[in-house]
Parts: sequence; structure tokens; C-alpha cells
Amino acid sequence: MDILKLTALELGKKIKDKEISVREAAEAAIERAKAAEPELNSFVTLDEEGALAQAEEMQRKIDQGEAAGPLAGVPAAIKDNMCIRGQLTTCSSKILSNFRPTFTAEAVENLQRAGAVILGKTNMDEFAMGSTTETSWYGPTRNPHNTAHVPGGSSGGSCAAVAAEESFYALGSDTGGSIRQPSSFCGVVGMKPTYGTVSRYGLIAYGSSLDQIGPITKDVSDCAAVLEAIASHDAKDSTSIAREDYRFTDALVNDVQGLRIGIPRDYLGDGLDGEVQAAVTEAAKVLEKCGAKVEMFDLGLVKYAIPAYYTIAAAEASSNLERFDGVKYGYRTPDYEGLHDMYKRTRSEGFGPEVKRRIMLGSFVLSSGYYDAYYLKALRVKALIKQAFDRAFEKYDVILGPAAPTTAPELGKSLSDPIKMYLGDIYTISVNLAGLPGISIPVGRDGKGLPVGMQLIGNVFQEKTLFRAAYTYECATEKQYEGPAEFGREFGKEARQ
Amino acid sequence: MAKQYETVIGLEVHIELATKTKIFCGCSTEFGGAPNSHTCPVCTGMPGSLPVLNKQVVEYAMAIGLATNCKITQVCKFDRKNYFYPDNPQNYQISQLYLPIARDGYVEIETGNGKKKVRIHEMHMEEDAGKLIHDEWDDTSLVDYNRSGVPLVEIVSEPDMRTADEVIAYLEKLRMIVQYLGASDCKLQEGSMRADVNLSVREVGSETFGTRTEMKNLNSFKAIAHAIEGERQRQIELLEEGKEVIQETRRWDDNKEHSYAMRSKEDAQDYRYFPEPDLVPIVISDEWIARVKAAQPELRSEKLERYKKEFDIPEYDAEIITESKKTADLFEAAAAACGKPKKVANWIMVEVFRLMKETGTEPEDLTFSPENLAKLIDLVDAGTINGTVAKKVFEKIFTDNVDPEKYVEEQGLKTVSDEGALKEVVEQVIAANPKAVEDYKGGKEKALGALMGQTMRAMKGKADPGVVNQMLRDMLK
Repeated sequence: MDILKLTALELGKKIKDKEISVREAAEAAIERAKAAEPELNSFVTLDEEGALAQAEEMQRKIDQGEAAGPLAGVPAAIKDNMCIRGQLTTCSSKILSNFRPTFTAEAVENLQRAGAVILGKTNMDEFAMGSTTETSWYGPTRNPHNTAHVPGGSSGGSCAAVAAEESFYALGSDTGGSIRQPSSFCGVVGMKPTYGTVSRYGLIAYGSSLDQIGPITKDVSDCAAVLEAIASHDAKDSTSIAREDYRFTDALVNDVQGLRIGIPRDYLGDGLDGEVQAAVTEAAKVLEKCGAKVEMFDLGLVKYAIPAYYTIAAAEASSNLERFDGVKYGYRTPDYEGLHDMYKRTRSEGFGPEVKRRIMLGSFVLSSGYYDAYYLKALRVKALIKQAFDRAFEKYDVILGPAAPTTAPELGKSLSDPIKMYLGDIYTISVNLAGLPGISIPVGRDGKGLPVGMQLIGNVFQEKTLFRAAYTYECATEKQYEGPAEFGREFGKEARQ
Repeated sequence: MAKQYETVIGLEVHIELATKTKIFCGCSTEFGGAPNSHTCPVCTGMPGSLPVLNKQVVEYAMAIGLATNCKITQVCKFDRKNYFYPDNPQNYQISQLYLPIARDGYVEIETGNGKKKVRIHEMHMEEDAGKLIHDEWDDTSLVDYNRSGVPLVEIVSEPDMRTADEVIAYLEKLRMIVQYLGASDCKLQEGSMRADVNLSVREVGSETFGTRTEMKNLNSFKAIAHAIEGERQRQIELLEEGKEVIQETRRWDDNKEHSYAMRSKEDAQDYRYFPEPDLVPIVISDEWIARVKAAQPELRSEKLERYKKEFDIPEYDAEIITESKKTADLFEAAAAACGKPKKVANWIMVEVFRLMKETGTEPEDLTFSPENLAKLIDLVDAGTINGTVAKKVFEKIFTDNVDPEKYVEEQGLKTVSDEGALKEVVEQVIAANPKAVEDYKGGKEKALGALMGQTMRAMKGKADPGVVNQMLRDMLK
């Protein structure tokens, strides 16, 4: 039996049934990671020793009946912007390259309570700013399906780790598409829940009003199970919401009879790759055959989402990242004269170019005399976008479209043109602006064998509707998780050619 | 003829609220403590930490807003004020700019020139910063975040004051209101009340304001009065010399009685305020306002009215006693314990204030219990001790809060009113003072006083003066 081929829930069951020990599962994942890391670089920190110690402890708990959940003993990976007490937490930035938090993020604690064995911390775009995982201080992560390509970002490390079977599932964070877009590029399932569903306590903030932690998994069932484990009402996060129903796995039902699905015409316009459009349209037909009512409609305002998003997110980021100043923790420049010189040098040396670009952009839009013209206007656009979705959800249960306009671009082709890179977020960011849940699921591949993702968007608190639709699609296509075909034997072949 | 100038003053007053825990975390606000012992990830700005608003802060701020006739902003929000300084662990302060909790209020003040309203522009809630400690030997700076996150309100007045007297009257009024509400102890020296003075001068009759300066670091009423006078003179001199006043922030040095420029408007920072995304808007319902109003303790003006009606004490006494909530509380408790409000008022007006003045004690620092004062009054009324002894006993109550019943017993201070015990002493005094006896019998009433004094002295003050007086008269008939 190949342990690595199992989904998280399948593995959890076999651990429970004593077919596989927690240690065997952890060792299998670590062995795979050690073999793949030189090519992929999914992890900033792979914590072999810690993971094996957790595995022993978790096995004991399972044996004594203290841990009985469906994910107990299953190894997981955590994006490196979530704090784990005593463990390096870098946000893939030089400025936090020596930072060890004094507390653990609520979502990670929830996962630990569910019995997770944490393998390590995954690579990301620096402070989650980027769409390719190329802005990391620790070097880019590569797409397991073709290592000449990026995995997407900013949760590229988490998505690559799951796609490459280095981990059975992972946590990511999504501010403008950072879970859904790399999930699409890596052929895995990723969800951004409704804003307020998963506590942000211990998530190092990028855009506080948009950030949300979510699961990255091999299939839809795992996705629902992991969300069920991490979602909670947390008094430590004032934006956390007490949900009435956390039983997301109850929605894993193979039935979309009568489900109303709308496809925004605006999502199929200029810039959308033909192969992506074909794959997504095909997937919509599958749902239609299963009984859903699918039609096209005009969502509107789509082109305003990107400028509004980059204004709001950059404004919040410019403030959120002020605390990294070399005074209290993290990197401090070795040579300086006086306080202000220390600030300047530390931040100039500690942050990469994309982070600096967004800090400057954010500082500008908040500065006196420009606040009304940029920041306030962006907030108004945000409110209008929310209204456009409200209108759409009067007619539809689910909005369907691509997760990204293209499949994964080649490494080194994106950062030189940031505006073009930002445009790649067009289908995902309005979901963050409106606080809605969105899921990306794999629906095929392009001619180069790179995965295509379909995004399903629901109204606030309607994760279960999304899980039902995604699960039905999965059943209809008999498509359980599909790993990279060449992976493990001729891994990295294309990159070397 | 020399030009006449008018001073225009507005104040920004920071008041530290008396909550047990900080504004955005559960850490203690207690003063003192080893550096960084009252801290957590939130008030030290650790990555990933998030603020959670302390509801008591909102209630105190609402209470102050209501007591100063402000309108409460029923949907109010926090904003971030961004600036880099190591005492501010996040490099932004969570404050309120766009929707402060209260606006458009006023307080009424009274000075030698009569009554006047000072309008309040707005009041907002915010967090305090930490404290930097510079080690000169080591050439390093250390930071203590114990104060970081202690809740403050800032009350911004309109430029309605014209003299130092009005400024002091305004501050005293604010302090009294806030102390009455129990929202802060308002100690200037300890920094739980701080005032920044915005001051400009203009020619009398001018419609427009002059250029103002802002003065910081004013730690006492005396410093505020001196700083206002100094800054007024400085600005008038500039204008007389044909120079301009520069809009700037100045720091007052009370030792040198001089202010110097800290920063001018040109280097004023752009704080890049924007709504704090980590906190949700505070929605204040009519019911909540009603609850805070209902829970509001009696303020001074109400107390004053009640005292006049309920206790039948002179208006002047009532005013003095209610000037501080502490003395008012002492008065009420002692009056309740002995049922003699007029006598309690007398004791407070005379002995308490005398001893406070002699020892330099502020009302807030009074430590004696009202029950002991009440017992003392009962002892005098029962004739157990006389007035002279009572004053001595009260000094012990004032300093050590002794129980007067026990103290009188232990020290043997009871008045001797038993005629048998007194008779011998009185006879001795009469025998030893033939001249005084002669004079009294000759019609000099004054001479009786001398004999009284002799007797009291011989009794070490413990005799009942009424009884002694009567005995002397009887025996000299």
C-alpha cells in the first residue's frame, strides 16, 4: 500500500483502524519531502525531529482514546505566516528570519486538538504578497506538475507540498486569492471560508480586513473535514464570527438537483486562456447534467476589483508591517547610527522589493490629501462589489468561474511586470472584498499538462453549498485526487531539459 | 498707546481610565511592577496578536461624555495613528479620529469673572504608549511596555478660555467630574491626567485667531499657570517686534520656567489615519446609554442640592465638602454613622482641612475611616471626653486611624465629671488663688476664667468644663 496516495481522511481511518501507525505516516511524508525538497522548495522549515515526536505522542493519545477525530495522526503542513510557539515563523522574509513566536495561532491549535502532526512550515510569497511564491526570501517554490513553472501564490508552498504528496493536507491563507489560485495551479482543492470563520489570531497580518485562513487538500471531503477542524469562534479575534453550524462534512452529498448556478459573463472575457475557459465550461456542463440549473449573467464591476483591492490591502499592509522595525524581534541591521538610521537600514535590508512596493503604495494612498481620493474611494468600490454579489445571490446559489485566467506561468516570467501579475487575481479578489467563501477544485489540464482550477463562490456562510456542488462534481467525474504523473520517478525532468 | 492683547486657549486633556485591565488585552494596569511584567503578545505588538476592546473603557468614556453634556456617537470606530517610535510597539497607536465616542459638549466653570461655558469639541478613546529608559552609561535605551495599552480618553476643548484662571477652573471641573464618576483618579503628578495647552494671542476686538502653539509636559496646575503666562508674553513680544508666531509644539521646562520648540508644523508627521481593521465598530444602543446614565453616581451639583435639603448644613460648607468626592464620601459615611451631619460638617470644615493643610495631604490621600470620626463625635456628645481632648484624639485618628473609644480608654482621657473627685482639686485651686477669688467676689467675672484654667490644668484637661464652672460658682457664693 502506498501511504502517500491516501487522502487525509483515508489515512485517518487507517490510523484509527491500526493499519498504519502515526509514525509510519509521518515518516512516509518526511521521506517524500526530503526527496522532493531540493527540486520543489515547498518548505521553509521541515521539522523531522519535532514531527516524529508529535507522532509518538499522538499515537499514544489515539491508543488511549484521547484523540478520536477523523484527522487524528494525519501529518499536515502550515504556511509560514501562522505562529507556532517556539518554531521559526518567517513569512518567508529576511526580516523575520530569526523569529520564534511565544504563542501558537488559534487555527493551528485547533488543528493540533484535532490530532494533526505538524511536519513544518511552508514557503510563501514574502508576507503573502505575490502570486507565484517567487518573492520568498528563501527562494521560489516550483510547481510539482512541471518544475519549470511556478506553483502560484502566495500559499504556493502549501499547495505544492500537498500536490507533491509531501503532506496530506496543509493550511494556507487567502487575502486576494492566495489559497485558490495556487490550488488551481497545483491541481489541489483549496478554500477561502467566509471572513470571520477561522480565527486570525496568530496569523501574521497582511490585509487584516481581507485575510482568512483555509484548507488546502487533495479532495473535497478532506477540505470540508479540515475546515471543520480549524473553524471556531475565537474571543481573541474581534472579527471572528460565531457560526450556527460547523458541521461542514454533513454537506458532502452527491446531489445538486435544482441548484442554481450563475456564470458571470465578465469572467469569460479578455485575458482568459482558451484552454482554461474550455475546461471550466466543461465542468459547468457536468454539474448541469447532475441537475443544476446553469446560466450566464452579468456580475458587473469586475474591472474595479483589482485597483480597489490593491489600494485597501496595501494600505492595511503598510500599517501592519510597521512593527517590523528591528527593535523587538527579527532582523536588525548590523551597522547603524541612531534610531532612525537603524529603522531605515533594517527595513531596507529586511524587506524584499514586492513588499517595499506595497508598503510605498499603501503609505501613499493613506497620506494626507490622498486618503479620500484613493482609500475612501476603494472602500466605496468594496461596498458596491458586495452589493453586486448580493444581487447575484438573489438569483443563484453558486457563482461558477475560473480560479485564474491562465494555468501556472513559467518561473521568472511574472515579477518583472507587477501590473500583469496583479491582473491574474481578477477572479479571486472580489471574493475577499465581499467577505465571501470560495473554493477552487481541479477540473482538468491544459495542453502542457498543467492543472486548471474551477472556482465556486457562495454567499456568506454558504460553505456547505459549495462543498455539496464540489463534491457532486468530484463524484460525477470519478476524479479523486490525481497526483503529478511523473512525480517521484522522473521528477523535475522538464526543468532540467 | 500700547496694544491690548487677548489670550485664546484650548486644551487637550488626557485622562487615564481606572480600569483594572488594559484597553485591548487582559494585562493589569497597576502602576509600578518590574519592567515588562504586565505585558502579553497584544500590548507588546507581537506579530499575529490582535486587540480585543475592554468594554469598561467604553462605559467610562460614555459616562464622562454624558457628564460633560456631549453627544454620544452611537456607531463609533477606532482608527490607527501611524508613527514610528520604540515606545509604541506596533508603530501605530489605536485611537479614534473619524468617529470619536463623544462630541459637542461643554462644562460650566466659575472664576472671579463669573460663570462661563467651555465647549468640548470631542472626546476619544486611545491606548497609552510604553516608557523608554535611557541608560547613559551604556549608551542604550530600554523599553518598558507596562504602560503600553493602558486606556486613555483625550478631551479636546474649543478655544474658549482666555486666562490661566479659566484653564485651571476648567481642569479642576473636569477632574472633579471624572473623579465623581470613579473613571480616573486624575493625578497630574503621576500622569493620570495630562494637559497640552494650545495658545494664541490676538489684539482685543480681533475676530480672527492668531497663530497658535501647543505646549506639552505640564505636570501641575502651577506649571500650567506659569507656562500660559510665559507663552503669552513670548508671543506678545514677537508680535510687538513685528515678528511672526510660528505654529509649533513647545516643551515646557518647569525648572527653568521656559519653553522651547520641539517641532514645527513643517515637520509635523502625517499619521496616515485609517479605520482599525482588527476591531469592529462599537454600536451603542439607546438602552446602553440609559444604563450608563442610570448607573452614573450622583454628581456634585446633585449632591449639593441634596445636602442642603437633607442635612441642613450651610451652603458654604456643602460647597467646600463636595469639592472633592473623597471628602463628600467621608462626610456622608460619618453622618450616617452618628446621625449628626452638622457636627460632622464642622469637624471636616475645621479640623480635617486644618490637618490637611498642615500635612500637605490631598483629599484623595485621606486614610482615616468615617466611622472613627463618628465615634469621636459621639464621645464628645456623651460627655465622655471634652472638646480639647477630642481635638488631640482626632489628630491620632487623622494620622493613624485609631479607634477613639479604645484610644481614650487606653490613654485614660475620659472626662472627670464626678463632683466628689473634682471637689478636692477645686478646693485646692481656691485656696491657692486668693487674689483671683477676691477679684471674682468683687464682681470681676473674668477672674473665674483664671480659676477654671487652673482647675483644668490640674485635671490634665480631662475635667468636664461645665461641671467645673458650676462647682466654682457654687463654692464661691
